Amino acid sequence: MTPTPASFAAARGSDTNNVITVSAHRDPGRGDRHSRQEDTRLHSHGARRMRPGRRGSGWRNAGWVLVFLLPSAVPLLLFTVIPMLASIWVSLTKWNLISAPTFVAFNNYRRLLTDPTTLDYFLHTGAYIVGYLPLVYIGGLSLAYVLDKKLVARSFFRAAVFLPVITSWVVVALVWQWLLNPAHGVVNTVLGALGLGQPGWWTDPNWAMPSIILASAWKDLGFVMIIMLAGLQSIPGDVQEAATVDGATGWQRFRRVTWPMLSPSTFFVVVISLINGLQVFDQVFVMTGGGPQGATQVVVGQIYNLTFRYGRAGDAAALSWILFVVILAITAGQLAGQRRWVTHA
Amino acid sequence: MFRGAPHRRITVRRVLLYLALVTCAAVMLFPFLWTVITSITPEGTLANGPTLLVKDPTLNAYRTLFATLPMWRIVINSFAIAMASVALQLITGSMAGYAFARLSFRGRSVVFGAYLATLMVPLQVLVVPLFIEMKLLSLQDTYFSLLAPSMASALGVFLLKQAIEAVPRELDEAAVIDGASHLRIFTKVIVPLIKPSLATVTILAFMASWNSFLWPLVVIRSPELMTLPLGLSALHGEYTTAWDVVMAGSVVSIVPIAVVFVLAQRHIVAGLAHTGIK
Repeated sequence: MTPTPASFAAARGSDTNNVITVSAHRDPGRGDRHSRQEDTRLHSHGARRMRPGRRGSGWRNAGWVLVFLLPSAVPLLLFTVIPMLASIWVSLTKWNLISAPTFVAFNNYRRLLTDPTTLDYFLHTGAYIVGYLPLVYIGGLSLAYVLDKKLVARSFFRAAVFLPVITSWVVVALVWQWLLNPAHGVVNTVLGALGLGQPGWWTDPNWAMPSIILASAWKDLGFVMIIMLAGLQSIPGDVQEAATVDGATGWQRFRRVTWPMLSPSTFFVVVISLINGLQVFDQVFVMTGGGPQGATQVVVGQIYNLTFRYGRAGDAAALSWILFVVILAITAGQLAGQRRWVTHA
Repeated sequence: MFRGAPHRRITVRRVLLYLALVTCAAVMLFPFLWTVITSITPEGTLANGPTLLVKDPTLNAYRTLFATLPMWRIVINSFAIAMASVALQLITGSMAGYAFARLSFRGRSVVFGAYLATLMVPLQVLVVPLFIEMKLLSLQDTYFSLLAPSMASALGVFLLKQAIEAVPRELDEAAVIDGASHLRIFTKVIVPLIKPSLATVTILAFMASWNSFLWPLVVIRSPELMTLPLGLSALHGEYTTAWDVVMAGSVVSIVPIAVVFVLAQRHIVAGLAHTGIK
């Protein structure tokens, strides 16, 4: 679940201003300006004229701006901005990628929004998030809490939990498909030996989504743990001590002091999980391909199918913009709500 | 087991805690162990149900794997594309970060805002038109097309701009007095001082490229150009029931990245943790 650009922007973008204020405090702020004044006094005024960033507001500076900006601006323009604008246009056409596209205005959007199966894709995606988020959050938080203490072999335990994070989604999906194989999988063998039921896992419409959730939680647990660990380590020790002095028990200290102070990390995990969860695709594509009987077809899976199976590029583009609006709305809701529960927000 | 912490008493709670941790580590590591075991199990015995101790271990699955797919090429592709993407993002990101942090020009905040806006667009929105763009430029199914969407990332620009802003300006000014140009200040003064953030961008870019699946799936057809996730999914499509071969492929794709992880564990964890701290 490492932050994709989109999720990162949402989780951090909102408080861009905060970040900038913080760094201004930390660094180039007042003390710096002060020393700069000294600079001008000590060295001749020539130094002031040559200060980088202020020097030659004319063409010479424009040249430097181009030199430093073009290497990133050109690829971003060609491979992000232009496709993005083109995608808006594609979503307004009927196009099978082969013959010429025909303009159909908002027909694609109208059809998708009135088709009940569109809602199904969003519901499947939602079911994934509802199963996945509590698992990784509670698991990751507990592990971080325990592995923050001084323990023997602590770094081994941390590494063991983290190893799946660096494994790619496709590998995770394949390995879990094999572990959860209904006939010869190790999980069902163990369940059978214990005399328990043996579900059909990813081959059973009712168990397919839980299988995907299990595999995804296994992969992302370590990432959540690292984020929560970083949060725990940023809590000043004297706050904990003060609570202990006041007679708080271990659980009270966690519930009333530590956990509320972790709310920025919690917020980061929740926002990123929601955004990444809404875009879930790789593990679904490999584990179930959207099946059985469409039980796990998610929104991005359908975007893929519309384009490359059914040759309906216009519908695919429209669906991707509907998804984008949903992500934007949910994230905006998160950001609006954060003041109520995130400390220092 | 408790030798490392002699001042602590061995309490029931502590024993339970360690038991829980050992169980947890076992659950996290078991899938890896099982992947290796399956890959060396003779094909015929897999259907008899799993065993921890393999009778007659064999490397046949690996032979089939390397005969079916150009695996060496695929592993090298994955590394090469990831490293090219890292290098490009470090160069483009730090240069743009310098422009936004140190050069004042008209419309700077508007341009920076436009950069940040590209972060909000998910890949799914771009996939269709990007594919068409590659087709129009006859670039589909090339290394360049794999790399195209990850040559520059506004996320990297954002992180590196923040880092450059935290570098005291006097350092630049001292260099200016010595007659250094922006390019010299950038390479000799700024870049050495923003190494921690460069490390974070390296890790984020590497993992994004290493894991990337949807875009390669859309744009790549030739086996020689495949990356590991794509190669594995192709293998899976071909050998639905040959789990020994599929697991051998998984082992081949886990081992290189696990080696990288063991060597650079501290940097990777610190780099990722860095993204979550406000």
